[in-house]
Amino acid sequence: MIESDHMMEWHGRQGASPNLADILERVLDKGLIIAGDIKINLLDIELLTIKLRLLVASVDKAKAMGINWWEHDPALSQPRPRQLAAENTRLRKQIRALQTATVEARR
Amino acid sequence: MSTASYTYAVARPFNPTQAAGLVGVDGAAIHLVRHQDLVAVVSPLASADADETALRARLETLAELEVIARAHHRVVAAVAACTPTLPFRLATVHRTDDRVAQLLRREYRRFRETLDRLAGRVEVGVKIYVQHAGASAGAMSVAEKTDGYGSARAGRDYLRNRREQRDRRQHAWRRATTAAEQMDAVLAGLAVDHRQHRTQSAELSAAPGENVFNAAYLVDAGRAEELAARAQRLAAENPHVTLEITGPWPPYSFADSEERT
Repeated sequence: MIESDHMMEWHGRQGASPNLADILERVLDKGLIIAGDIKINLLDIELLTIKLRLLVASVDKAKAMGINWWEHDPALSQPRPRQLAAENTRLRKQIRALQTATVEARR
Repeated sequence: MSTASYTYAVARPFNPTQAAGLVGVDGAAIHLVRHQDLVAVVSPLASADADETALRARLETLAELEVIARAHHRVVAAVAACTPTLPFRLATVHRTDDRVAQLLRREYRRFRETLDRLAGRVEVGVKIYVQHAGASAGAMSVAEKTDGYGSARAGRDYLRNRREQRDRRQHAWRRATTAAEQMDAVLAGLAVDHRQHRTQSAELSAAPGENVFNAAYLVDAGRAEELAARAQRLAAENPHVTLEITGPWPPYSFADSEERT
């Protein structure tokens, strides 16, 4: 039942064990999720990976390159709707003020 | 002293001598919890770590996290090298081996089905990078040119140079992304299944250039070389990108039957 001896060979041939990013990506983000008795709950793990990513990725650089995954990440975008709503209200007020000003200027 | 049971994976039974001397998290020896034709690969976790707070605190430290993650992977990879294996997420911990056995009973059908799907298959990682050469060199030449020019002229030159630099980067990015999409279409055709991962930050991976594409392909173990060779040929046609192939991995990215992200 030995399926493949070469399972371990590739990494070895490349002269090193897999790099940390590749391992973390798999053991933190992939692999089957089982709710164990000791709950390092999944959200915590997820938060941890996000923290890690934010820690290691320069946000400005990422944005400049068009990487914006965190904007679509539910765990990170949760507080956003409220911020967006506030921003919307503020902008609407400004538009109304500008419209009023324009109408009055025409008179 | 009470310990907890850290589970690495569920697998088809295999000859325990193949796992002889295999150690997991904190150097604890591996043992198997069996239910019918399934085994869970387990090691004891010291009581000091057998609660949420303690284990979480360890995982929040990058150095500790690395040690635990590598131990987890070492066990999963060693088992996957000798039998069909379904890798678990890091830090799957039960109070006792009995609780692990209960899990095997409860999820028996699902584990069997997933193992059938993964049996004899491996995961190959493919990443594509784009190089952004000349970014700092461009800035240097502007600095040199400022001698003898009026400051307004130098400012304009600087801004134009920055704009050109940004345009070059965006162009390189788009070109690499297009190349990646074309490669993905071909490789997906060779694979049983495929998943796209988030791109990696250069700081963590210490990789050459900026990662624009990161995917995993599930293939029959015998076809892993073929997929790798194909990826290399496709990348060679495109001088603007750098390719990195990793694996073969145990099928981590395909342990869930559906794409999560």
